Amino acid sequence: MRRISHTTAVIASALLLAAAQAQTAQPGASKYLARNLAAQCANCHGTNGRSVAEVPSLAGQAATVLINKMQDYKDGKQPSTIMQQLAKGYTDEQIALMADYFSKQPK
Amino acid sequence: MTTFNRRDFVKSAGALSLLGTSAITGCASVAGGAKPRVVVVGGGYGGATAAKYIAMWSEGKIDVTLVERGDAFVSCPLSNLVIGGSRQIGDITVSYDGLNKYGIRRIKGEAVGFDADRRTLTLADGTVLPYDRLILSPGIDFMYETLPGLATAEARGKVLAAWKAGPETVALRKQLVDMRDGGVYAIQIPKAPYRCPPGPYERACQVAWYFQQAKPKSKVLILDANEDVTSKKGLFMAAWNGPFKGLVEYRNNQEIQDVDARTNTLKMSFGDDVRADVLNVLPPMRAGTIATQHGLNNSNKRWCLIDWLTYESTAVKNVHILGDALQVAPLMPKSGHMANQHGKICAAAVIALLTGDTVSATPMAANTCYSFVDDKTAMHVATVHRYDAAQKTMLTVPGSGGLSPAANRTEGTFAYSWSRNIWADMLT
Repeated sequence: MRRISHTTAVIASALLLAAAQAQTAQPGASKYLARNLAAQCANCHGTNGRSVAEVPSLAGQAATVLINKMQDYKDGKQPSTIMQQLAKGYTDEQIALMADYFSKQPK
Repeated sequence: MTTFNRRDFVKSAGALSLLGTSAITGCASVAGGAKPRVVVVGGGYGGATAAKYIAMWSEGKIDVTLVERGDAFVSCPLSNLVIGGSRQIGDITVSYDGLNKYGIRRIKGEAVGFDADRRTLTLADGTVLPYDRLILSPGIDFMYETLPGLATAEARGKVLAAWKAGPETVALRKQLVDMRDGGVYAIQIPKAPYRCPPGPYERACQVAWYFQQAKPKSKVLILDANEDVTSKKGLFMAAWNGPFKGLVEYRNNQEIQDVDARTNTLKMSFGDDVRADVLNVLPPMRAGTIATQHGLNNSNKRWCLIDWLTYESTAVKNVHILGDALQVAPLMPKSGHMANQHGKICAAAVIALLTGDTVSATPMAANTCYSFVDDKTAMHVATVHRYDAAQKTMLTVPGSGGLSPAANRTEGTFAYSWSRNIWADMLT
C-alpha cells in the first residue's frame, strides 16, 4: 500500500512537472520562469539552493522529493515554523517548476 | 557626531578588515564593445543582490558597475543585537570582495545626480558613468526638516537614530553602556511607513534584555506615533508583559513636535515634554536622496512609484528603483528580505529588456522578517506576494503567510541561519 501510494505520488509529480514545463513554453512566458521563481528561496536556502548555514540545501534534491515535501507543508502534514505558511502561497505548477530547477543544480 | 569617531568604528569592526577591500576609486574606464551597461547605486540588500544576479544570470553579457559609499556592507537586520550587546559590529559586517568573481566593477563613491537624457550618473568626485539602465537602491533618508532641533550634526550625533547600521549602531550601544543604572532609554517611532516595521519593537526588547542583566533598575520607554504596535503586536506584547515585565512601557499616539538634543528632551505634540537618559529618535523617512531627483519620489514626495514587472520608475525611463525607497505594494514591508527579492525580479527584467527577451509577466516575491526577543529566541512574520495584472501591483496570496505562535529558540537558530544565507546570496 505504502509502495503504491509512493509510486502514485511520483507519477503525479512527473505529470505536474510536464504541465509546468509546458506552461513556460507558452507565448509571452519567460523561459526563465523556473529560475526566477526558485530565486525567491535563496534568501534562506542559499543561491541556487546551496545553503551555507543550518537551513537545508535544496540543490541536487530529487524533484519528486521536493514536490511531495511542499505538498505536505501545504496540507499541514509536515510540521514547520515558516514553510507551511509560505508553501500555501504557490500553485502546484510553480512548486513543480522550482523543484525541477533545484534538482538540476549541483549540490 | 560628538560621541563617536570613525576610528572607534574601524577598531570595533575588528578582524573584518574594513579597509582591506579592493574597491576601485576614482575614474573608471568605460567598457569597450557594445555590451549593455547597468550601473547600480547602493550596495545594500536590494542593490548588491541586483548587481550579483545581473552579472551571474547574464553570464558576462552585461557590464555591471556597483557604486557604494561604504567600505563594507553592514546589515540593518541583526544590528539591534549589537545594540543589545550579544553581537559585535564585525559580526554584521561583510566585505564586498565576494562580488569580484562575477566581474562586477565596484566603485567606492557617492552618487550625487544623473542625467536622464544622456543616461549618465555623476559621483561626488566628478566621475561620470554612462548607463543603459540605472538601478537605484538608495534606502531611506530622514526628513530632518520636520525636526528643527536635529538640524545640526552635533544634535544628530547626540540624539541618534541608529537606523542605518554602522557607526551609529556602535555609538548607541556606547550610550547605553555609559548610562547609569536607573536611567531611562526612550525610543520614538515615526508614523508608518518607515524602514523595518518591527525593528523599533525588536530594539526595545534588545535594550530591555541588556538592562535586565546589567542595569535592572533602568527602564525602556517606547513612544510610538502610531495608534498601535505596527508589526507582530501580540508577540511583542508577550515579551513586554512576560520576560521584560516592569522594564518596558509602551505608549501609543506619541507624535513629537521637536527634539531638544542638549537636554535629551522630546517636545510632544500632546502632553508634557519627555526627557530620557538615552534618547533614540527615528525621524520620519523618505526615499534616499538620489531617488528624490527628477521627480522619482512621485508618491507624496516621499516614496517612488514603479512598474512592478520591471521596477522601472513611472517618472523616468531607464531608471529602476528597489527596496525601502519604494512606495510599497499593499502589506509589503520595507525590509531587507523584500529588497533582496526586488533585486532579483528587477535583475531578470533588466536582463530581458537589454537582450530583447520576454519580461516575466508573473513575478512572485516572499518575505520573512525575524525579530529577536533576547540573544537566542526569535519570532517571524512571513508573506507571499504575486503580481496582479488587473491592479498592476503585488498582492498577498490569500491563505498564505503568517506569524510565529510564540518566540522560540528554533527560530533564533533559523534567524542566524537566514542572515548567513542572505548575506551570501547578495555578496558572494
